[in-house]
Amino acid sequence: MVKYEPWGRYPKAEQRAISIVDRYAMLDNDSTWLPFGNGRSYGDSCLNSDGTLVHTQYLNKYLAFDSSTGILRCESGIKFCEIIDTVLPMGWFLPVTPGTKFVTVGGAIANDVHGKNHHVDGCFGHFVVQFELLRSDGTRLICSPTENEALFKATIGGLGLTGLIVWADIQLKPVKSAYLDVETVPYASLDEFRQLSEASKENFVYTVAWVDCLARGENLGRGIFLRANHAEHQGPPQRVKKKLTVPIDFPGRSLNKYTIKAFNHLYYWNGARNAGLSKQHYDPYFYPLDGINNWNRIYGGAGFLQYQFVVPSDNYDAIREIMACIASAGAGSFLAVLKEFGEIPSLGMLSFPRKGVCLALDFPNHGKQTFELLDHLDEYVMAAGGAIYPAKDARMSRQAFQQFFPALDNFRAHVDPAFCSDFWLRVA
Amino acid sequence: MSNVVIIGATSAVAQEVAKLHAAERDTLILIGRNATRLEDIQNDLMVRGAADVSILVYDLLEDDKHDELCEQIFEHMIKPDYVYMAHGVLPDQNTCGGNYVAAKAAFNANCLSHISLLIRISTRLKALQAGTLAVISSVAGDRGRKSNYIYGSAKAMLSAYLQGLRNELFAYGVHVLDVKPGFIDTPMTADIEKKGALWATPQKVAEDIITAARKKKNTLYTPWFWFLIMTIIKNIPESIFKRLNL
Repeated sequence: MVKYEPWGRYPKAEQRAISIVDRYAMLDNDSTWLPFGNGRSYGDSCLNSDGTLVHTQYLNKYLAFDSSTGILRCESGIKFCEIIDTVLPMGWFLPVTPGTKFVTVGGAIANDVHGKNHHVDGCFGHFVVQFELLRSDGTRLICSPTENEALFKATIGGLGLTGLIVWADIQLKPVKSAYLDVETVPYASLDEFRQLSEASKENFVYTVAWVDCLARGENLGRGIFLRANHAEHQGPPQRVKKKLTVPIDFPGRSLNKYTIKAFNHLYYWNGARNAGLSKQHYDPYFYPLDGINNWNRIYGGAGFLQYQFVVPSDNYDAIREIMACIASAGAGSFLAVLKEFGEIPSLGMLSFPRKGVCLALDFPNHGKQTFELLDHLDEYVMAAGGAIYPAKDARMSRQAFQQFFPALDNFRAHVDPAFCSDFWLRVA
Repeated sequence: MSNVVIIGATSAVAQEVAKLHAAERDTLILIGRNATRLEDIQNDLMVRGAADVSILVYDLLEDDKHDELCEQIFEHMIKPDYVYMAHGVLPDQNTCGGNYVAAKAAFNANCLSHISLLIRISTRLKALQAGTLAVISSVAGDRGRKSNYIYGSAKAMLSAYLQGLRNELFAYGVHVLDVKPGFIDTPMTADIEKKGALWATPQKVAEDIITAARKKKNTLYTPWFWFLIMTIIKNIPESIFKRLNL
């Protein structure tokens, strides 16, 4: 038995784990399985405490790359950081990337991850051409939009429950440089955010805002709007910075509403000072937190809960109410991320992204009071017809999950009988 | 752009060494027993940027084929810059400790097959007056312990052989690196539950090997702290050591 914790460090589990040796290996049937990539899911969707985790770290080979079409065939344990290093010098980039490059291809498919370009490109699943799925009965199925279509749609966003993705073909995106042309626009209110999103969606591939969640009243929703496109030309060479590491757990309450408020003020002020156009390297632009090893330790040993939800865009009142609720509880943490999703429907039965406005923020785990607040926020999300992101969740109720994901019953039929997760036991 | 030969290319450390060379646009020859796995590695290295990758399928334990293998290597590659040797098996001490046939097989897999190949390859490199041989031995060779002294004595023999070979080849401009890794987290040790702080990733070990080969280091302990550990272990008086449970 080994101790595991997800990225949010809550909940913790003692459990069995093995590594799959190579892509020809089979799974025995003496346990339940859950594929484990790099452990970047925030909650219990990457734990299987009654069964066994199957690490995919040795499924780390490229199988082929066609540099004329940009289709990469790779095993599922390969990480995004590795793909960028390999394909960027040839003029290719990931079609969709989340805010960390330390996720695996398998994890990206299983959570149908999205990025700042959702309004233009949709989710990662839209760029999955096909994959091989290993089921517990030993069958290996090629799944694509035309072959085993239902299993394809169940596996995209399927949280690793439909079998183990062995390899996948991914359509990469051509780029001319490693840089982005970024425009930084400070804005003062939620209405301004809405206008900026609307005005930017045609001409910018990447849009996102950092929001000060503790700002109240007329400042509610204020933040820094960042919009960007891939640059035509390289920028100045990137200085190789020494990576910072958070060496130990911060003591329990070092992050409290006073320190966080001060930080958010500073961040807003700094963003306002740097307003305007700039050229940024992809690494700090897409992955600002990857520069700090183990940043999840700043919340202390009790961990944190990330709350990420989407509500339909015609319902800005819901997001206003939720943000007011967070601000008045004084519970929100650092920079929250606000983003308008576009209209492209997600492929996966359990995919999270859908048209609407999406907010993500961390809450230090202060026990009962934190859980009660989040349950309260769930009520707003449910009333607004929104949804919560399973990859970030460690506590939503069964009832909430079933409302957020109406294709659940359809999905159930595709779950591999020998695959399970703590998340799945909790919500389904 | 170097020319690189990797013997025992399917081992986890060898694969990582190969990846680092591929990223440098080098040309590689991979040698191993399992053709399917070698082909997977070949494709992987091509995507990673290798100039060219060829495969030679040989069971390295069959030393009667070593002449032929050596011919093949130098037919494909006129002048190798780096020759890595990474094959080996961690035998079970309980099995081979009381069984000479098993012990002999372990010696063959972890030392004699290496020497057989090194004799042939070093002759060629001597004639070329260039090249670096990097051979993976083990910290286990530094002192015999009851828990794995068949493996340990095989590696001790290998390391002593490498010392002598280095001495001989120095005059010819050929370098010999003796790599002594500690515990490595490989698929062979896929049972994750027993791992602790002393376990290193194959990536880390591979980076150390490549740096040491470039710098023409003689002996590499990887990760570095094994040098300290083994210095202590080597210096425990035998009168005490023989009573320990190591």
